[in-house]
Amino acid sequence: MTATEWLTAPQWEALAADAELPLLALWGEPGIVRAAFQDGDALRLVALLAEDGQYPSLSRARPSAALFERAAHDLWALEPVGTPDGRPWLDHGNWPVLNPLSGRPVRHATPPSLPEFLPAEGEALHRLPMGPILPGIGEPGYLHLSVAGETIVRLEARLGYAHKGTLGLMPGKSPRAAARFPARMQAEATVAHSLAFALAAERATGAEVPPRAIALRAVMAEIERIAVHLRVWQQVLELAGPSPLADQAGLARETLLAASQIAFGHRLLMDRVMPGGVALDLEERGLSILRDALLLLAQDLPRLGRATLRHGPLMEALAGLGTIRHDQARAYATGGPTARASAVMTDARMLGDTPYVELDLEIPLQADGDAAARLEQRIAETVESRRLLATMLDALPDGPVSVSLPQRAGEGAALVEAAHGPCLAWLALDDGGLIRAAMARDPGWGLWPLLEAAAPGTTTERLPLLMAGLGLTMSGMDL
Amino acid sequence: MKLPRILARPIAAAPPHPSVQLVSDLAARLEASARRRLGRGLALRHIGTGGCDGCALELIAARSLVHELDSLGLRFVDSPRHADALLVSGPVTRNMREALEQARAAMPEPGFVVALGDCAMDGGVFKGSYAVEGGVEAVMPPDLRIPGCPPNPRQVLEGLLALMEAQA
Repeated sequence: MTATEWLTAPQWEALAADAELPLLALWGEPGIVRAAFQDGDALRLVALLAEDGQYPSLSRARPSAALFERAAHDLWALEPVGTPDGRPWLDHGNWPVLNPLSGRPVRHATPPSLPEFLPAEGEALHRLPMGPILPGIGEPGYLHLSVAGETIVRLEARLGYAHKGTLGLMPGKSPRAAARFPARMQAEATVAHSLAFALAAERATGAEVPPRAIALRAVMAEIERIAVHLRVWQQVLELAGPSPLADQAGLARETLLAASQIAFGHRLLMDRVMPGGVALDLEERGLSILRDALLLLAQDLPRLGRATLRHGPLMEALAGLGTIRHDQARAYATGGPTARASAVMTDARMLGDTPYVELDLEIPLQADGDAAARLEQRIAETVESRRLLATMLDALPDGPVSVSLPQRAGEGAALVEAAHGPCLAWLALDDGGLIRAAMARDPGWGLWPLLEAAAPGTTTERLPLLMAGLGLTMSGMDL
Repeated sequence: MKLPRILARPIAAAPPHPSVQLVSDLAARLEASARRRLGRGLALRHIGTGGCDGCALELIAARSLVHELDSLGLRFVDSPRHADALLVSGPVTRNMREALEQARAAMPEPGFVVALGDCAMDGGVFKGSYAVEGGVEAVMPPDLRIPGCPPNPRQVLEGLLALMEAQA
């Protein structure tokens, strides 16, 4: 069971200013505000009773809390007192009810109002709105750009277009029945979100997962990491590199997805990690197909990596683009390849009780913090994950692949490293073992604010390239 | 000394690879119907209405699988104004309803609407949430439904092909 520290308001405010504790997430329940901090290698959970729905705002001292506070207001009617930014975030005025998770939602009476954006100062600025249907194939989001000529002066993102009310669908269900929701938080982190959710449910109930299931989960997590890195790699190459290389990255990804279909029965590995274990065992044929896919990648990846990083025009386009400072990546608990490309050594796989401890995990690191460093980081991580996968497949333990969870009350949380950054899951179970409340933190929360920080000074022409390399996604963060 | 795996073990089976047969079949059918339509292609615009993005990932995979999709008459455009068909994925969140309606209104007639994936068909696992309309149907009648969570690239291509043949 994961313990939550109950705080008094002064203790809560004292945490706000502590720069050594990056904020992972802030969320709520009716009358309660909760937060999770990254305390070195550990996860620190705190809660505060919000009398009359009010609590001291963290975002004045800690800008990384701002979006969470806006979302928590929209969903749970929790009011951050003293916040510099009281604008709604997820609620665009289209839901039939106000504060749907507050326990006493009221009917939404007023018509939707236009969103307000922060002003940008300067001469001869133009506003360039983009979205919510953005160019290309992908997710909805709205970008509010202020430009001087072609140069971006300010970028403000408005998300929430993919808000599905997922957290409202989970209560009252068993962790097993609710597992399809974390699996659909974000397709690029379906394994990671599912794994975090499963670990949280297992910690809440004290379930012991069999070793083979633990190993198979790690296998799936690394497959997902490689597949996602390859997609980002492909997209960056499509935008600024030679298209034959982009095709090769796409083909490498396809090789892995096709192998996943045979090995685990789903190309994106959706619904494969379940509370208590995994949904199905890896058979001999699947194992052999996965090994063959890894052999192909072992031949192709180093060559593709070299060709990419030696491509002059591509690296020129990426060098100096969207530089993110070490302190920015740390403050937003960004994690993932983006933080590691800014020399922040953080990776949830290094946390105590993960299957990676025995594998001599080598985590690459870059110093420059620009788009070139981020691509180099992803390439290095792809190569390392392939090595890990091959090692893991050679040492799969035997035995069962799942246990059933005890039906009991409890609270659990877990942090899992997804391809774009850390995923946090938290849940509380009632006496019957059904979900009372849940939260899922997507890496997007740590990435979108960094886009806003990194975009000014870039041209509108380079913006898609900057965005592609950051691995920005919407659905998981829109909840 | 540990031998590299490539020396220690021969490749047991052919590597998993997108079926060459599938790709050539599709290409032949695409070509036939594209010819019947005297070279005029089908312009597609994807609209994500708030799903998990899995359908979009598989659409991207489908696009890169059949590389000559463009020359066979299926191409992706950025504006609904240039589209013959909207490929709508996601459960249509309440926050995306208006954008979807505007995109439909901007598409020249006769335009097709494709519900791509289980969410777009009826809301999928998000059915019943306060925040979703519950699929494309709740907003406008789709001309074609492609089931799956997400539909794989073969299903996506089969669906697009059916649309193209119907239109020819």
